[in-house]
Order: sequence, then structure tokens, then C-alpha cells
Amino acid sequence: MQTLTQTLAQTPTLSGGFTEAPQQSARAFRAVMNVMARPGMIETLDLALPPAPLSVAAGTLALTLLDHNTPVYLAGKWDCAAVRDWLTFHTSAPFATAEEADFAFGDWDALQPVSAYRIGTPEYPDRSATLVVEMTALSNTGAILTGPGIKDSAQLSLPDVAAARANTALFPLGYDLFLCAGDQLAALPRSTKVRTV
Amino acid sequence: MSDRTALNGDPKQAARKAWMSLLAKAPEAQVLALWGERPAPDHQMLRTPELGSTMVRGRIGATGNAFNLGEMTITRCSVQLSDGPIGHAYVQGRSKEKARIAALVDAMMQTDAAESIHAEILTPLAEARASAKAVRAAKAAATKVDFFTMARGED
Repeated sequence: MQTLTQTLAQTPTLSGGFTEAPQQSARAFRAVMNVMARPGMIETLDLALPPAPLSVAAGTLALTLLDHNTPVYLAGKWDCAAVRDWLTFHTSAPFATAEEADFAFGDWDALQPVSAYRIGTPEYPDRSATLVVEMTALSNTGAILTGPGIKDSAQLSLPDVAAARANTALFPLGYDLFLCAGDQLAALPRSTKVRTV
Repeated sequence: MSDRTALNGDPKQAARKAWMSLLAKAPEAQVLALWGERPAPDHQMLRTPELGSTMVRGRIGATGNAFNLGEMTITRCSVQLSDGPIGHAYVQGRSKEKARIAALVDAMMQTDAAESIHAEILTPLAEARASAKAVRAAKAAATKVDFFTMARGED
């Protein structure tokens, strides 16, 4: 029994999931939907406590959107045992390469090259990847956004304006972006037109 | 698949599998009664008890292909004791309390409390299961019909 104790008593940090899954996932989904429907909007999403380097917003987003049908790619230092164990325990999402992933997590540099991700096909533009980009800060400054869901124009601090413009040019194909900084969440769908100030 | 094979061959995993299986199938009333008023050790909920259903697959006579027998309700729960061990439970039925206790038992079986838990909860459960099985087998045996054939005189 003693050896069993030693073998099994590893202490991975699996804590920090939803404590009231039905209510919290509904609230989180509402926030996720709002930011995607209104590009430039920044919402607070702080319902889960994932292991570093996953941010609070990205972790909550993962618990809300991932399940066993959504292959996940972890880029750079996000591909660590702590994050893998946590995502597996809470979402049972399988891990995949960038080319096969439905969701990718990492900062903008780690996620490169963006050409690796699926952008859908003309028949099924929805078969594309969603990138969850970890940022140090999010603010309503920088690039000017126009398009569906934006009344006149909005501003959002994007990681890479040129890449966003190239992605918009692929419409209706392309990937979608979620931007996370701490517990802040914003989104940039492929339909949004981006220009510099 | 190789992972699974490796786990099956590991005696510690086999022991854990056995007690998790015992808890999963035990009747709720029995588990609650055996746990009694025992104070739970310091723990946090990794996954609060939640209900779901799973497809039970079967194979008749261990030959042929597996088939879907039907769906059953299960409740799952995971806890972590404050000193580290994690306990998981996937139990049949919709009793959240039973799932919580089963997860706690699984976690405590990985601590120094293992022996007393084994003696006070798992052994009685195993005995109850064995006697229930024996009663059922005896009832079935009473209805057994022995077919025998007289010499048919084919020679």
C-alpha cells in the first residue's frame, strides 16, 4: 500500500475549474458570444483559474468551448504538462498539430506561422481554426475596426495588423481570433475589416 | 492502446480499478451506511458531482463483436485531499452523495488511511456483492433444466 501511495499521489494542479458548471459556463458563453458578435468589445471573463501560462480568460474560454470533439494545439510554452493535464481533465479535448486543430492557444509569436491553421473550404468555411492569443494587455487603442457588429468603428490593440488584414482578405475563409490578457477577453472575427490609424 | 495495456498489467492500477469498480456498482444505501458519520478529510472539489449518461457495451459469451446494450445514468465526481491525492469516481445512478463519497474513498485509499478504509468500507461492500451474486446464482440455478439425450439408437 505504501508504494501505491507514492505512485498515485502525484499532485497535478487540476483545481480551478468551474465550481457551478451550468451557471458559469452559461455566463462565460454569453461573454464569449458578445465579444465575437461585437468586435472591439472587451469583456471580463474570470470564472476559472487555469495553471500558468494559460490566462484566466483563456482558461475560462477553454472550459466553455472545448470538448472531446475539438482538437487543441498548444503553442510554445503553452504546451506544458500542467496545461495539458488541466485541459484533459476538465474538457477531455484531444491534442493535435496546428494543421489539424480547431483551437490553438499561445501568444502571437508562438502561434506563428498563421498559415499553418485551417481556414475552411469554400463549401464548409466553418471548418477553420480559432486562435486564442495570449497578450500582455488589451485596450481599445490601435487598429481601427469596421464591419459586421460594429456601429461606426471600434479600436482594438491587435497583435499584428498586417496578418489580420490578410486574414480578412480570405473571407469567407480564414481563422478567427480571441484575444486574452489576464481576465480580459476580446475577439476579431474574420469578417472584421482592419485598418491602421 | 499500449498505454492501456501497460495500465492493465500494473498490479497497483489493477487494485485501484477493483475498488473503483466496487464503488461504482455498489448500491447507494450501502455506501452511505458504511460511510456513516465519518468526517471527510480536508479536501477540495476538482469536479463537483455531475450527472450524465454513458453507453454500456456488451459481448455475449465473450465471442463475437461488442454491441451497444443501452444507456445508463452515471454520476461522476473528483476530489483532491489537501495533502495531494486525487480521487475520482464514476458511479452508476444519480446519487451525488454516493459519487462524492466514492471519490473520497478513492482518494483516501491512496493515503495512510487505506487499511482502515479497506476494512471498514471496501471489504463489507465486496462481501455484500459476493453474497448478492451467490443468491442470484442460486435462484438461477434452481431453474436450471438439464437436457440429456438417451441413446438414440443410430448405430
